[in-house]
Amino acid sequence: MFELLGIAPQALFGQLLLGLINGSFYAILSLGLAVIFGMLNVINFAHGALYMIGAFVAWMLLQYLGIGYWASLILSPIIVGLLGALIERTLLRRLYHLDHLYGLLLTFGLALIFEGLFRREFGSSGQPYTIPDLLTGGKNLGFMFLPIYRGWVIVASLIVCLATWFVIERTKLGSYLRAATENPTLVSAFGINVPRMILLTYAFGVGLAAFAGVLAAPIYQVSPLMGSNLIIVVFAVVVIGGMGSIIGSVVTGFGLGIIEGLTKVFYPEASTTVIFLVMAIVLLIRPAGLFGRTR
Amino acid sequence: MKLKYGLAGFAGMVLAAGAANAQISDNVIKIGVLNDQSGLYADITGQGSVLAARMAAEDVGKIGNTTVEIVFADHQNKPDVGSTVVRQWIDQDKVDAIADVPTSSVALAVQQITKEKKRLFLMSGPASSDLTGKACSPYGFHFAYDTYMLAIGTGTALTKSGGDTWFFLTADYAFGHALERDAGEAVKAAGGKVVGAVRHPLNTSDFSSFLLQAQNSKAKIIGLANAGGDTINSIKQAAEFGIVAGGQRLAGLLVFVTDVHALGLKTAQGLVVTESFYWDMNDETRKFSKRFFDKHGKQPSMVQAGVYSGVAHYLKAVKAAGTDDPDKVAAEMRKTPVNDFFTKNAAIRADGRIMRDAYLWQVKAPAESKGAWDYYKLVATIPAEQAARPLKDGGCDLVK
Repeated sequence: MFELLGIAPQALFGQLLLGLINGSFYAILSLGLAVIFGMLNVINFAHGALYMIGAFVAWMLLQYLGIGYWASLILSPIIVGLLGALIERTLLRRLYHLDHLYGLLLTFGLALIFEGLFRREFGSSGQPYTIPDLLTGGKNLGFMFLPIYRGWVIVASLIVCLATWFVIERTKLGSYLRAATENPTLVSAFGINVPRMILLTYAFGVGLAAFAGVLAAPIYQVSPLMGSNLIIVVFAVVVIGGMGSIIGSVVTGFGLGIIEGLTKVFYPEASTTVIFLVMAIVLLIRPAGLFGRTR
Repeated sequence: MKLKYGLAGFAGMVLAAGAANAQISDNVIKIGVLNDQSGLYADITGQGSVLAARMAAEDVGKIGNTTVEIVFADHQNKPDVGSTVVRQWIDQDKVDAIADVPTSSVALAVQQITKEKKRLFLMSGPASSDLTGKACSPYGFHFAYDTYMLAIGTGTALTKSGGDTWFFLTADYAFGHALERDAGEAVKAAGGKVVGAVRHPLNTSDFSSFLLQAQNSKAKIIGLANAGGDTINSIKQAAEFGIVAGGQRLAGLLVFVTDVHALGLKTAQGLVVTESFYWDMNDETRKFSKRFFDKHGKQPSMVQAGVYSGVAHYLKAVKAAGTDDPDKVAAEMRKTPVNDFFTKNAAIRADGRIMRDAYLWQVKAPAESKGAWDYYKLVATIPAEQAARPLKDGGCDLVK
């Protein structure tokens, strides 16, 4: 058979698929960030920490209350969403009239506090979370062994991304949201409660992070560090996609997952760096990102 | 300024008065525990190592009129951060000895500084066998384990039991490279073959791509030349990808009991690991571990036990020599065999290697375990002479 740069095509397909799976996490996380940035103009650095908390909530629900994976998939985003609402209501709201930088600093500080608290309580090597029985095992696809759980991750994240896109771009609620982003004063003049929409948007964005956290729990160790490992990459994804662009963050999330996956085959040492290389190139050519508009 | 000189004069008088500790500078022996306090190695080392150092100081007891002070810092696994801390400790804070220092790349940097500035370096966290090889120092002592020991233990045992083709999953820095090299040599010496390797960046969360490459290599054994959070994630994801179910075996070349605790026995069962310490070895180790557990909430890891070993041996040497002069203390440390709750009469070689036995353990199946932390069963004891690289092969210039 033909070989591409010394790699058998079978191996290549496998790696592409794995890249897509990692891309799923990037997509959900960067989607939440994009939604929050689009609405609130806040660069939410606490996103990684809230993703981590989402995974921990799932673990705690199982450990202390015996609530399993499927219920956690819904409960954990709600719980973390409430935490997000609390953060927005008590802290973030005070910063809207200031420069972006203040929101960034606040959320960064929150991230450090959350991570520190969890590390103190649970240690850095994390807690095990097993794959739900329904999704254990795997299928031999001929070119690779695909664990069923990983397949589920792609499906779940695609559904969530599409649903979010649909709500924001194609529904009335979404049109309010977009309008409120453009001109909050005018929208509130129409009798729409803009502060509440902002609150719900932040809670929703954060809930997405928690959803990704629950999805990640059975694959990675549920560890206090899991968010900080990911957050920088996700920010790069958002920047490449164009700040605040929903479709941009989803497409870039999956795309970069694939690029990273391929790097792991051809030059594994650079696999953590390649995304930033792409970011630098994109920013040189299109400073607003691939799908972004210059404001 | 005046006050400072006044104090110095006063201290001088006190020093002159106390004959027993006349040789101990500023009446304080300060030991700096430098390790990962917040990252992927924090559970293996971290605050547990600081506690172990404090326990050692407590057990050695008073040395004349001097106080023993334990300070600690986070090196974040970065050589530049570690070097800065150590320079500051030595130049400004008058630290007499540095302990622990996991992450071989940081340890190699610290070894250089302590050699140049003549301070004792009590290594327990780092693994690279180069620290007593071509990077050895007259002030550097390697207490707990090294990559050679791990390679000889796990590498030889698995190769001899039929795992004669190996593929390595290696953390891409000094430690991973040293472990891959040492393990590769052990495998070849035992009649096996290394079919390939892939190097992943330190602190990777997704190993699926690397595991797939390992799976495709068809090697019988996948050797994990990484540590801490990296090893945990590799083992967890290997289970997911059906690697063990598919007939390949995993060799965790550096697995700590805290890693097994984090993985859970269901995932970790059957792993063969090499460690020089396990809390449940005998009455003495159980007694120490209980003391440790009551304060820390976790059983001590091999590294933390090694920190105790190193700090206690150092302080005993200071006591015996009646001075904290680095050359004299180092000579005293080399002269006296190491003895503590898990070390029995271990000699220290010219290259700084502590000659202790290593043990090959197998992780129990969930059914065999009697409860939390009952994880290992002993497979074999590897005598110190086999567990340490032959003195002449290391390339250490202190060996003549």
